Amino acid sequence: MNTTRTVAALMLALTAVAACKKKPEIVPAPAPAPTPVAQPKVNIDSINAARAAEDARRKAAADAEEARRNAGAIAAAKAAIGQVIYFDYDKDEIRDDQKATLEAKIPVLSLNTNMRIRVLGNTDNRGSDEYNLALGQRRAATVKRYLVSRGIAESRIETVSFGEERPAMPGENEEAWAKNRRDEFEIIAGADAIKVPRE
Amino acid sequence: MTFRKTMMVLGAMTLVSTGASVGAAQDTTTSGVRIGLTYSPGTRPGVLVVPVAGPNADSVRAILARDLDYGDRVTAIDGGSGDAPSGTLNYALYAKLGAAALVQASVTPSGSLHIALHDVGAGKVMNVGDFVLPQPALGAAWRLAVHGASDEIERWVTGQRGINQTRVLFVRDQRLWTVDVDGAGLSAVPGVGSALSPTWHPSGRYIAYMDLSNDGTHISVRDLVSGSSRRIPDRGGSNITPAFSPDGSTLVFASGNDGVDLFAVPAFENDAPRRITNGRGSSNSNPSFSPDGRSIAFTSGRLGHPEVYITDADGTNPDLLTTTGFGDQLYRANPDWSPDGRRVAFQSQIAGVFQIMTINLRDRSVQALTSEGRNEDPSWAPDGRHIVFTSSRSGAKQLWILDTETFRIRQLKTGGSSRQAAWSPRLDSAK
Repeated sequence: MNTTRTVAALMLALTAVAACKKKPEIVPAPAPAPTPVAQPKVNIDSINAARAAEDARRKAAADAEEARRNAGAIAAAKAAIGQVIYFDYDKDEIRDDQKATLEAKIPVLSLNTNMRIRVLGNTDNRGSDEYNLALGQRRAATVKRYLVSRGIAESRIETVSFGEERPAMPGENEEAWAKNRRDEFEIIAGADAIKVPRE
Repeated sequence: MTFRKTMMVLGAMTLVSTGASVGAAQDTTTSGVRIGLTYSPGTRPGVLVVPVAGPNADSVRAILARDLDYGDRVTAIDGGSGDAPSGTLNYALYAKLGAAALVQASVTPSGSLHIALHDVGAGKVMNVGDFVLPQPALGAAWRLAVHGASDEIERWVTGQRGINQTRVLFVRDQRLWTVDVDGAGLSAVPGVGSALSPTWHPSGRYIAYMDLSNDGTHISVRDLVSGSSRRIPDRGGSNITPAFSPDGSTLVFASGNDGVDLFAVPAFENDAPRRITNGRGSSNSNPSFSPDGRSIAFTSGRLGHPEVYITDADGTNPDLLTTTGFGDQLYRANPDWSPDGRRVAFQSQIAGVFQIMTINLRDRSVQALTSEGRNEDPSWAPDGRHIVFTSSRSGAKQLWILDTETFRIRQLKTGGSSRQAAWSPRLDSAK
């Protein structure tokens, strides 16, 4: 037996196997036509329809339940992103007591890779107006660096500073100053289809 | 004896008699009280503007007299009301009122202002001048021209040109406004959005400022004549505190996404920014050129708190200027280099509150100019003697003008809470 014949035989065998695998249902010999069932065809359709309707109802109820759970989770996710963090006077370092607030943003940002955010740095009004714009920029940048160090892509985070120009609380007292030394967070893309972590 | 020498002798005599009231270390206004025409004459020769002849005579006379008063180099003497004198002036009578010089003015039918300056002691006219008054009468350009006449009178009397033919550009409600330095002619700069940090081009024709929007801050240059604006290309982040070089060709501003550093760009062409400072993540802002254009004073936080530094304009040789403690807080900012090059004004915190100070560049001696309320953002007048700044002394943030030689202070009325004032160059060629 030469090589060509061997190859040809192998190919034939392979083709037969492939044919068998493709259409196993037509391999058996033709069976006699099944005896017609006594039930009218319309009955089967209505049962099927009823089953489908029931399925749809169950699915809708489940979806609604899911949506209810999701709506809460989405609101919680948005709130986690929007949560403000606060700074000490003339400082841009992240305070230890603010780290949990920043950490709560990480799972939402990690799961929603299309989400882009803007960090808005703000200051109290005790420093110079203009130098405060620079301080606000550093506060926004510090938070951006932190998020990037936790695995969030740099391109997803914009930073901007408003200095002391947009106070959260007007006033010349420690309470107002403390509330105004802050970074705010805005979702600028991906807010319409937020995924939430499954429990 | 020349007229000016006479003035100097008179001045010296007065100085001896009233020396104790001169040279107080700080302004001494009581809260809410505005020093007016009752201010002690000090060394200043008396100048009286006699009733003016011609159309709008009373307005011209009021502007001239007020300008001479606000200039702080002469004592404006109230000459009472009456008709414009005709014939020879009664010098003896004016001498009794304390006048060393008389300003006699008339508005001609062709709309020009004719002025004669009389030396009372010598009993004769020393200087005459004619000043074109652009129409409409009492309009902004007309007023600026009358201010120009005041400034020339001041030069005739003292040898130093006055600073009334200037304007102050400032921020009110995050909009830009200008006002004549006598408080008249308040005017919003049209077509400017949420704006801060305005500054003048040395020609007086252009301004630069920072606009604040949700996607960041940007620098724009505006032509006050044509009304057109151009945004300076930037790389996002913060772009703040513009300043023109003294030759007007270069714009320097602070830019960055983390810290900000000073960059220079051509003021009227698009070209890549050239880095000046290298603050390694710190904030470096508020540039102010020396009058020769070779150095820049700026605020830097490179040591962990804001201080004033000076660098060569190309960024070499940065040097801490405010080396010694001037207060109990480590916060000094907003330098403005004086037009004579000798001093830098800045703000420093004392007991947590900003005050205006100057530092002498020769011996680095420091002088506090204010003590009442919160005082910040100093900007020098072209005479290197007056400063406009923001003060809270009246309750709200308002603009105040201080004479750094006599410490006389007055409020510049701007009709609302105002800040970030920039004193223009002389506007004798601009409109």
